[in-house]
Amino acid sequence: MAECGRVDSNTSHTMDKSITLPPDEIFRNLENAKRFAIDIGGSLTKLAYYSTVQHKVAKVRSFDHTAKAAAGDKLYEISMQEEVTARLHFIKFENAYIETCLDFIKDHLVNTETKVIKATGGGAHKFKELIERKLGLKVDKEDEMTCLIKGCNFVLKNIPHEAFVYAKHADSEFRFQTTNPDIFPYLLVNIGSGVSIVKVESEDKFERIGGSSIGGGTFWGLGALLTKTKRFDELLQLASKGQHASVDMLVKDIYGGSYGYLGLTGDLIASSFGKSATADKDFSKEDMAKSLLHMISNDIGQLACLYAKLHNLSRVYFGGFFIRGHPVTMHTITYSINFFTKGEVQALFLRHEGYLGTIGAFLKGAEEDNPNQYSWGENYAGSSGLMSVSPDMNPMQRARSGTFDMLEMDRLERQLVNLPLLQDPSSYIPDTVDLTEDALAREYWLYCFEEALDGVVKRAVASQPDMPEAALRAEKFRQKYRHKLQTLRQQPFAYGSLTVRSLLDTREHCLNEFNFPDPYSKIKQRENDIALKYYQKAVKSLDELSWEEKQFALVQGVLAGNVFDWGAKAVSDVLESDPEFGFEEAKRQLEERPWLVDSYDQWLERLKGPPHKCALFFVDNSGVDIILGVMPFVRELLSRGTEVVLASNSGPALNDVTNGELQILTERIAAMDPVIEAGLREDRLLLVQSGSSSPCLDLSRLDKVLAMVVRERQTDLVIIEGMGRAIHTNYYAMLSCESLKMAVIKNSWLADRLGGKLFSVVFKYEVPAGKPNKDCGAFSPS
Amino acid sequence: MKLINEKKPAFPWFGMDIGGTLVKLVYFEPVDITAEEEQEEVENLKSIRRYLTSNVAYGKTGVRDVHLELRNLTMCGRTGNLHFIRFPTQAMPRFIQMGRDKNFSSLHTTLCATGGGAYKFENEFRMMADLELLKLDELDCLIRGLLFVDRVGFNGHPECYYFQNPSDTQSCVKKPCTLDNPFPMLLVNIGSGVSILAVYSENNYKRVTGTSLGGGTFLGLCCLLTGCETFEEALEMASKGDSTNVDKLVKDIYGGDYERFGLQGSAVASSFGHMMSKEKRDSISKEDLARATLVTITNNIGSIARMCAVNEKIERVVFVGNFLRINTVSTKLLAYAMDYWSKGQLRALFLEHEGYFGAVGALMELLKTTEDP
Repeated sequence: MAECGRVDSNTSHTMDKSITLPPDEIFRNLENAKRFAIDIGGSLTKLAYYSTVQHKVAKVRSFDHTAKAAAGDKLYEISMQEEVTARLHFIKFENAYIETCLDFIKDHLVNTETKVIKATGGGAHKFKELIERKLGLKVDKEDEMTCLIKGCNFVLKNIPHEAFVYAKHADSEFRFQTTNPDIFPYLLVNIGSGVSIVKVESEDKFERIGGSSIGGGTFWGLGALLTKTKRFDELLQLASKGQHASVDMLVKDIYGGSYGYLGLTGDLIASSFGKSATADKDFSKEDMAKSLLHMISNDIGQLACLYAKLHNLSRVYFGGFFIRGHPVTMHTITYSINFFTKGEVQALFLRHEGYLGTIGAFLKGAEEDNPNQYSWGENYAGSSGLMSVSPDMNPMQRARSGTFDMLEMDRLERQLVNLPLLQDPSSYIPDTVDLTEDALAREYWLYCFEEALDGVVKRAVASQPDMPEAALRAEKFRQKYRHKLQTLRQQPFAYGSLTVRSLLDTREHCLNEFNFPDPYSKIKQRENDIALKYYQKAVKSLDELSWEEKQFALVQGVLAGNVFDWGAKAVSDVLESDPEFGFEEAKRQLEERPWLVDSYDQWLERLKGPPHKCALFFVDNSGVDIILGVMPFVRELLSRGTEVVLASNSGPALNDVTNGELQILTERIAAMDPVIEAGLREDRLLLVQSGSSSPCLDLSRLDKVLAMVVRERQTDLVIIEGMGRAIHTNYYAMLSCESLKMAVIKNSWLADRLGGKLFSVVFKYEVPAGKPNKDCGAFSPS
Repeated sequence: MKLINEKKPAFPWFGMDIGGTLVKLVYFEPVDITAEEEQEEVENLKSIRRYLTSNVAYGKTGVRDVHLELRNLTMCGRTGNLHFIRFPTQAMPRFIQMGRDKNFSSLHTTLCATGGGAYKFENEFRMMADLELLKLDELDCLIRGLLFVDRVGFNGHPECYYFQNPSDTQSCVKKPCTLDNPFPMLLVNIGSGVSILAVYSENNYKRVTGTSLGGGTFLGLCCLLTGCETFEEALEMASKGDSTNVDKLVKDIYGGDYERFGLQGSAVASSFGHMMSKEKRDSISKEDLARATLVTITNNIGSIARMCAVNEKIERVVFVGNFLRINTVSTKLLAYAMDYWSKGQLRALFLEHEGYFGAVGALMELLKTTEDP
């Protein structure tokens, strides 16, 4: 710890010390780290390791039914268990820190059987001896380009919003690309000291199809000669302030205007540095640096286009130290690509571009652990996020990127795939509003999440009454999440597109980080207990209704149940102040029909037709929602002869019912309800986990088993319930089968925005275009 | 005879190409002047002819490339010598001034001009010297001039040449050749900047692309890096330098060849890459810097030209432009690069009158306009 601090004070160039990370947050989980890999570039070192992280997880376990009396009125018990999950750590720092970092690692590396460190990058050779001496590990060199490509494939597959288009003058500088499941083929233009242009056709097949010696080294070397400025970053800073037209000979300098005959505009550069050959004057450093930057960016862009055209490739990613998130170079490269391809090819950049080499080297060394067989997710709590902004705009952030930058990826227990029922997986965007682009919405939600923070902290502490140090941890959580919110306020693009989902997920990651795996576990338990007591009564009163009345009551039940949501602030206020707020009360609160979005009539008509083959139901909250709202609805579907797949979260998020809880609840309901019992017994009611631990829903990252079940059962109806899954996400999701999205809007700002009011109802029944349902007549869903 | 004469444009016959850095002027000196003509020739015209043909340098910066003179050439029914003159574009105001002093406008000749300067200086010609320019497209002129000179040859020798054994510095020799069937060709014109054309016939061509890294970049960077002032000086320094002190080679990074990608250790990995280090910057010579600049610019042009040739499916690449003047380092390097990277598929061709084709093309336009009234 002290050592890292000492190095900090030596680096006079870091602009702001207030933000340097405490060393205990830099090399996390070193105690059980294994499989090191290192990528040493010209100025930055990237270190990777694999660790196992002990997490507290809340497990539910059903009480023995015979001992029910002894357990009081509780359905199941909650226990905190230790779970070991795999995590990948990537840390980036300046080469100047390398020795101190190696010492730090050596001192903290306890239980490792690691004998070898995989190394790549131009500097690997130079530091080989140092690494071997300090760590006592054998340095095993891996081919740089192979590592780069491996790393690139890995991030493209595992990190949503990895790639982005840079648009300097747009509302949001970064436009993130939706994850296309098919990442190949693509062109990778790696701009290190020179340029390599690589065509990647599959996981293992790639070819260097070209390159150029005019690259980052040329900018740096030539720039240093011309301007007497030593550092690469300073050169870029000079360039961002310069006027290239005073050094370059433009078309208008030769023609006096444009060269209309060829369509060359007057401002086009005819000859880089052309004026310095003739004009008898001194040129400013800024102007020369700018001219140099243009010259090199244009040249690389031109070559990249020529190669893309020759090989008929439209996806071109740019990386290497010349790019490394520098807005100036991203802008000039983008400009060049647009110019040379007339917009046919887009220049794409990667959020984790700096890590590709080390990720690849790590993967090479970890092949026996089969990291490529798992799905991985970015841990927002432990990752620094994209720091790049114009150097002038935010010196604080740049200083931070100049010290330590981190990326952590957690191995997900389940392999994640697309929902097979997505109409067009390549254009599917889960999130309804991109807060990166919508400044007003961003403002509101950031405020909203900050406001809610006290409540979350309170609940987190309350969830662990037996642990005296919980308050301290909760406080750390508060700091961390508040810091994340502040970062996102400054740089909404730090983790890809900012969305309500990403804000929620970040909060969950931060809670997990401080061992609050399930702050709502007790609340959920209590709610489930209470709701179960009313189940039979609720079912009985439904059965007394006429068919048509019943259908409406069922929908009303799901909607009213959904009002019981501790995640929504307006509701948690009411619930905390008035515990008597009941199911019936919730029904009364519901908006009268016609609802804000109302295709109930079409739904009813559809129900008069033949039953669906199989319905996939993405459920939401515990308690009243799942037990009194969803289950009776499911019961009705089963009675109609429709198979039902209940998809619930794999891990906890807010008060959402988890798969573990749902298993127990369903068993208990089955004990009271022959329809549910028969459904389970006959395998017509399935409980499957979604693979997610988010209050929202990304249909492109679902448990592989769920996808398989959906396919096998020939699912022809997808029901999505709740704000998180049907409004914040998937509101516009197009499915290839019938879908029903139901939610109550429990946020007045959002209600306002959608043109409704608090507790407005969204009931969106859709039949895919081109698939008119014979049974529902001429209705087209609104 | 007289009738035909009347159709011909009045002397003097000039073609001018005003580029970003250099003005190229071709002057047709008739040698078949009859006594009658001699008598009729106004004093003005005579003095221009004498001034141009009896000098090899004009003012401080104008030069006549005597070695390029095409002798006993027949153009438009007249026999004469074609002279090639160049001066910096910066001297343009002085040139226009001279046109006024010599009362050029009284000669009633058309001044055919191409290059960007034809547009840029049009007004000054009009205002200062009362001269109306006939502005011509530079690429049209370039192709027309090139094909003409190639057709008439270089005083009995071929205009065109290539390098035999381009990959071996010892046995690499310049060999004359003819452009018997010139089409299609990729024409790479390296002036201040670079234009790359795919030429399918005299009138059918397209500009494929261009780059701003051209002769102007070489000279501009050399001036900034070494303090030199002229192209000749820059080339002289470059000829003595060693670029490997400046450039980072593949072997500097990988210790040898980068076999995974089939890159030779001697290939340049990063132009000016060594200059990232302060020690190296402090120990470098101006000659090395000039050489590295030349090699960088040349290789880059070669690389882009080669990609264009592949994309356009053209095997013959013709390099022209004043960047190649007295520049065997570049011509040999281009020949080598074309041959090496295409594995012998592409051939680089060069022309003796490197930068003058635009001016020749402009002159031909003068003769053409009056031929078909």
